Amino acid sequence: MKRRIDPRTEQAVVRTVLWTLTALTVLILVYIIVFILRKGIPALSWEFLSKNPVDMGKAGGIFSTVVGTIALTAGAILIATPLGIGTAIYLTEYTWEGPVTRVIRFGAECLAGIPSIIFGLFGFILFVTKLGFGWSILSGSLTLAFMLLPTIIRTSEEAIKSVPPVYRTVSFSLGSTKWQTVTRVVLPSALPGIMTGVVLSVGRSIGETAAVIFTAGSALRLPTSLFSSSRTMSVHFYILAREGISMPNAYGTAAILIIAILGINILTYYLMNRFIRRYS
Amino acid sequence: MSGAAIEVRGFSQDFGGVRKIHALDLDVHRHEIFGIIGPARSGKSTFLCALNRLNDLVRGSRHEGSIAVDGSDIYAPDVDVVALRRKLGMVFATPVPLPRSIYENVAFGARRAGIHGRDRLDGLVRDSLEKGGLWEEVQDRLGTSALKLSGGQQQRLCVARILAVKPEFILLDEPTSGLDPISTMKIEESLRKLKKDYTIILVTNNTKQAARVADRTAFFLNGGLVEVGPTAKIFTAPDDKRTDDYLRGKFG
Repeated sequence: MKRRIDPRTEQAVVRTVLWTLTALTVLILVYIIVFILRKGIPALSWEFLSKNPVDMGKAGGIFSTVVGTIALTAGAILIATPLGIGTAIYLTEYTWEGPVTRVIRFGAECLAGIPSIIFGLFGFILFVTKLGFGWSILSGSLTLAFMLLPTIIRTSEEAIKSVPPVYRTVSFSLGSTKWQTVTRVVLPSALPGIMTGVVLSVGRSIGETAAVIFTAGSALRLPTSLFSSSRTMSVHFYILAREGISMPNAYGTAAILIIAILGINILTYYLMNRFIRRYS
Repeated sequence: MSGAAIEVRGFSQDFGGVRKIHALDLDVHRHEIFGIIGPARSGKSTFLCALNRLNDLVRGSRHEGSIAVDGSDIYAPDVDVVALRRKLGMVFATPVPLPRSIYENVAFGARRAGIHGRDRLDGLVRDSLEKGGLWEEVQDRLGTSALKLSGGQQQRLCVARILAVKPEFILLDEPTSGLDPISTMKIEESLRKLKKDYTIILVTNNTKQAARVADRTAFFLNGGLVEVGPTAKIFTAPDDKRTDDYLRGKFG
């Protein structure tokens, strides 16, 4: 067969195209971040972070929404992580592959494809009205947890599956019980992968708006208990921008959101690297 | 205690309906190195994994017949499998250090058995590494990753790791198949020393290795025992023609 293109030309073309695509991706990302930060940073100050919103958010800061975001996210992660990792451990370590595991996995995948606003509606009907939790941090956390569950199950499952099977055999042959094998050998090796899923979930729940606005409400007061209604930063941003209350404060909130997510990612990266070094 | 350390009677093992071992009968004596030779898929490794019930972990595994260790049936319903596996330590064909430090690899089994306290563990780790013939090479870097050791060192680490669990038996599944001659020699040397404290079963693809270290040798073929006897006899005057053919390299 005759080659129509010189391999070196082909290589050069492919390299250029791929480089351009990569550069474009990075450029878009950087543009978004810079755009938000440039618009948002002028609004930032210590007062903006530490004062509660005044006059619907026209003035004052965003303190209560920061607290609301942290509470909701922490609640969702605390509920979804044990459930998700537990399910993943069961699916991979405590049962053979079969119809049951396939149904569970299929169910989780379907759950992952449901739009978040539907989760919001479901959470509203079940937690807010039926169970009587009202618009509250509890309702919001539970709803978010259900939304995050499929991601955590899938990423944990993949991470656990990628632990070499022979580690388990060795662990058993050294007289470990199943549970010891799971906690001492499998989970430490799978942890970086599991954490990736959890961190992704943190980011998603910080940024989630639709599922939260229906279930946690949009109260501007500082939340005092699990049953307080609370506004998260993303909901605050949505309302400020949507109702034209204050664009500078909306961008300020957005900037804090982006900085928080970047910060969480960097911190996790650092911690994971330290952990991996210990276990290899 | 008298009699054989391990008595196997009419033992068969199936995986998903496929029979891997047929009606095996054999005895292993205390403080001997019992060699098992035979071509690939002759059931040598399956037999080893039946002794510490690692076969239980395989889906669709089923057995018939009995295996008694120290006179008690290891497949009896009330057997503590975890304790059984501590009693029969196993070294695999490929050295598999766990992804942690040398020290933690050796201490792993002991920790799981509930041994704690820095002093006790320190002593145990040192003792085990000495018996495994690795102490001198690693004593000043116990904290480094076990994955950084050479293949031969990793395999000796695996031996030491077993010893730290205080087993009575050591099962070795082709422990030197991936190692260079010098590493192989070092492992064989430690086996000869370990014999006085442990009963050793050595599965090997290398018939010369069995000839060098085993007291008695069994020849497996297609999941069955062809013959078993003192190593010198098996290698010089076997009863069965198939043994002779295998040792002469006519098949396998």
